[in-house]
Amino acid sequence: MDQIATPQEAIQNKQYKMALIELLYQLADDDFILAFRGSEWLGLAPHIEEDIAYASINQATMGHAVMYYELLESLGEGSADELAHERKASERKNAILLELMNGTGSYLENPSYDWAFTVVRHYFYDIYKKLKLESLKQSSYLPLAQAATKIKMEQYYHVMHWKVWFNQLVLSGGEAKTRMQAAIQKVWDEFADVLSYGTYAADFSKYQLIEEENLFKQKWEVEMQQVFQKAGIDYPGPPSARKGNGRTGMHTEDLNQALSILSEVYSLDPQATW
Amino acid sequence: MVGKVRENVESMEFLQSKVLQILENVKDPEIPSVSVVDLGMVEDIQIDQYGRVKLKVLPTFVGCPALEIIKKNIIEAIQMVDGVNGVEVEFVHDPPWTSDRISEKGKVNLKQFGIAPPPVFIKEKELWDVECPYCGSHYTTMENLFGPTACRSILYCKSCKNPFEAMKPISTLM
Repeated sequence: MDQIATPQEAIQNKQYKMALIELLYQLADDDFILAFRGSEWLGLAPHIEEDIAYASINQATMGHAVMYYELLESLGEGSADELAHERKASERKNAILLELMNGTGSYLENPSYDWAFTVVRHYFYDIYKKLKLESLKQSSYLPLAQAATKIKMEQYYHVMHWKVWFNQLVLSGGEAKTRMQAAIQKVWDEFADVLSYGTYAADFSKYQLIEEENLFKQKWEVEMQQVFQKAGIDYPGPPSARKGNGRTGMHTEDLNQALSILSEVYSLDPQATW
Repeated sequence: MVGKVRENVESMEFLQSKVLQILENVKDPEIPSVSVVDLGMVEDIQIDQYGRVKLKVLPTFVGCPALEIIKKNIIEAIQMVDGVNGVEVEFVHDPPWTSDRISEKGKVNLKQFGIAPPPVFIKEKELWDVECPYCGSHYTTMENLFGPTACRSILYCKSCKNPFEAMKPISTLM
């Protein structure tokens, strides 16, 4: 099919637009909620250098979410701010894994956050995101292909960062290794949901918005098998989605908790200009 | 008639050069020694016959919080130019901004502010080479890839023992 260069063109084909919007919500909501969970670590990261690095990564990831929300805005979905702050949990399309709390407590009270879980969740997600961006660079929707090209340049450093943490912790002994293995299990239990294209999967590939779902999954698995091999861990086989499928709007209580905190200031006065 | 057209073309070129000149004064709010032109952010300037200016500007990093301030500063600066009748600034992502868009003058001015220009990758040695902006030594180490802003890393000079920052290299090959 021909490349679609503008939102005006995309809007003309109803089915194309529906598929495109669905994909953009998944991309936007994934980056948005993970950047929020990441920002909860601010001031709590293992050391000062990590605090700076992680804050920078979260800012960049939030910037990627904004870019996707702006693409939705140009397709008539409402303003980027509204899309980020005002949508209910059931309207969100992010994968469940990305909304899960960092640990127990809150960033104000007794934060007992799990760094192993954070490292594994980010590293596996960022490898997935890198592959997804590679595919999106060929998307039939030109503004999305251009956004992917831009985001991928920044993503390079994110993957590099989490790779260092992952390898150092997983290749060490003692508590680090045990906790990393538990974290890998926890992430693996939900990762099938991250990989899912949701209900419009067929249309995504029909309109060449992104490569076919199963092909993409295979590509991700090949890359992950190498990650496990280098870390000296047995590959656990295909991942599961125990808590459900976030792409269909199914979510945990953790998402409600996140939304009530992140929209607290916004909701005080939605008309305020920033 | 021909004379009139020529006059118009000349005045347009004059206006274009005036706009470019004024943009040299619009600095990155987080790096006050370098203009948006020298950072390679200004992709295109269009001026129509009514003096309406349209700019295409490339964001360095997507999540850069300085973007809206830069936009405002560009508009305010250009509005001051005689003959300008309205300014529009649009952020575009094609072509994507890469760190090799920084001009030679920009690199000099970055150093003045204590920031090394984007490191150069030396293929033979498979090493990034970063020159200390203070003493010029190449005996430097990367302390943190991520710095105080999205576009900068934190380094340390083992010669003059100063910490410093460097622009993060960004390329479409990544």
